[in-house]
Amino acid sequence: MSTETSPSAPPLLQARGLTVQFGKVTALDRLELTAPAGRVLAILGPNGAGKTTFVRTVATLVRPANGELLVYGRDVVRDPGSVRREIGLAGQFAAVEPTMTGRENLEMTARLFGHGRAAARRAAAAVIDRLSLAEVADRRAGTYSGGQRRRLDLGASLVGGPRLLLLDEPTTGLDPVSRREVWDAVRTLAAGGTDILLTTHYLDEADELADEVVVIDHGRVVAAGPPGELKAGIGRDVIELSVADPAMVGAAGQILERVTLNVARLEPGGRHASVPAPGGLPELSAVIAALRDASIAVDEIGLRRPTLDEAFLALTGEAARIPVAVPDTTGGNRTYRSAR
Amino acid sequence: MTTTHLTLPQAIGRPVRPPRVTSASGQIALRALRKYVRTPSLCVMAVVQSAMFLFSFRYVFGGAIHVGTTSYVDFLVPSYVATIVLFTGGGVAVAVAEDKTAGFTDRLLSLPVSRSALVLGRTIADSLTNVWSILTTAAFGFAFGFRLPGSWEDGLAAFGLCVGYAVVFTVVFVVMGLFAPNAQAAQGMSLIAFVFAFISSAYVPATSMPGWLQPFSKYQPITPMVDAVRSLLTGGSSDVGLALAWSVLLVVVFTPVAVLRYRRA
Repeated sequence: MSTETSPSAPPLLQARGLTVQFGKVTALDRLELTAPAGRVLAILGPNGAGKTTFVRTVATLVRPANGELLVYGRDVVRDPGSVRREIGLAGQFAAVEPTMTGRENLEMTARLFGHGRAAARRAAAAVIDRLSLAEVADRRAGTYSGGQRRRLDLGASLVGGPRLLLLDEPTTGLDPVSRREVWDAVRTLAAGGTDILLTTHYLDEADELADEVVVIDHGRVVAAGPPGELKAGIGRDVIELSVADPAMVGAAGQILERVTLNVARLEPGGRHASVPAPGGLPELSAVIAALRDASIAVDEIGLRRPTLDEAFLALTGEAARIPVAVPDTTGGNRTYRSAR
Repeated sequence: MTTTHLTLPQAIGRPVRPPRVTSASGQIALRALRKYVRTPSLCVMAVVQSAMFLFSFRYVFGGAIHVGTTSYVDFLVPSYVATIVLFTGGGVAVAVAEDKTAGFTDRLLSLPVSRSALVLGRTIADSLTNVWSILTTAAFGFAFGFRLPGSWEDGLAAFGLCVGYAVVFTVVFVVMGLFAPNAQAAQGMSLIAFVFAFISSAYVPATSMPGWLQPFSKYQPITPMVDAVRSLLTGGSSDVGLALAWSVLLVVVFTPVAVLRYRRA
């Protein structure tokens, strides 16, 4: 991938105060974002966060109520036509015509990008070759497996040779093998110089593919940075336990907090308690020792990776209850901050 | 053709300019036609459905309907052909709504294709499928005993008018599909066409309806449209002007609505 972009080249995306409304619902709320060209950018967020709306706005399908969005310096409202010439969109649904063959689908889309007949044939052939669709290219798309259909859809978004590929949840609903195939295709494209903006629910997907991750929630950017940096903030382990006697859950929670210096979550009236444990195994041993000293009987205790829900919780609304661990680069004690 | 040391964008190249309206609408139309022709439930069912309705009117209800001096089959078939699109055209609204919910419309809208090409392509394709409906319906009409009252030329003129109506109704159904949130809703919305078809002079003389209903029948577009077809068949042209005026009005009102709706979809 070309990481060198001349300083004068316009950024891939530039959103200033970008607001999108559907009736009374505010899908994007004064979103601010600048992303340089030459990147794979992943938009991460829970359902309803505004991921799809953001992609649709970039694709000129949604008109912002307020603010500004520039794609390679071109305004999506004032100059949608020239934005459309730069992009290829593969949405959440495989938007291919099931009664047409893969090749027919690709050639049609190529013509709609503006290719002539011969160029469209060449573009379709190139995509069929690169996305390993040769065996099924002349069968109707309706007979394809889910993964094949998704690859065909991806191919259709590529036949115009776009500078920016928009992928809205490209692997949702795919089996692991198909998922990996899509990932490989994305990597190859990125290496070939295509910019990619993708949305995903999956932390690992962002981790695998993205140079830069933007976490959005309630239509606003809550965190942004390279995956490694973000993981330091949200990729914490969690200690989870359940006590034998529900009356002891409070005491167990106090131990969890004392050891990890984090706020524990207690199941109200129940027996479960959990706490973020950035220290991992040593903290788990310390907790077990402390529980034994306090003679609190425990049915189950373990260390697990945080679920994506917890990661989002940590970065979004529940910040006051669950602090985010920030590795202290100055040395000394671990410090915590509330995520904004 | 493609060599592996080229990246995909290099192998493909980028189009110099966006597609022309003609070529883009051609591609849109071609795809809609392929879908229609390759989906038996669409192209065959439309024919079966129209034949069944015609059969019922002609042989089931027809005996109880008296239309004066002409036989009921001669009264029925011209107007049935003229209005068959109101029954089969619901499929157009459904197809348009399906494209929207299946993400196909999003793909099209993200391409550098002019919005009028989307409407034009859709209208061309569905007009053709609707012409297929009226052609087969007319054939069934003859099979069920209809005979041209006048010359072949008059018959062709009347048929030409029916083709024009097919285009008009197509535009209306495209708009319905664009406004419907999903295919089921589009199906439901298209039922409103039944109201206009039935409360008109198409299947029974309007004068046989109760007095309070007759004004609706008289002042809605379908009545002058079918009356014009009947008058052309017998060599007259008395109502054609009004029918054409309605047709033009419907197209002029609904086409921009469709284009604007695509722009905001």
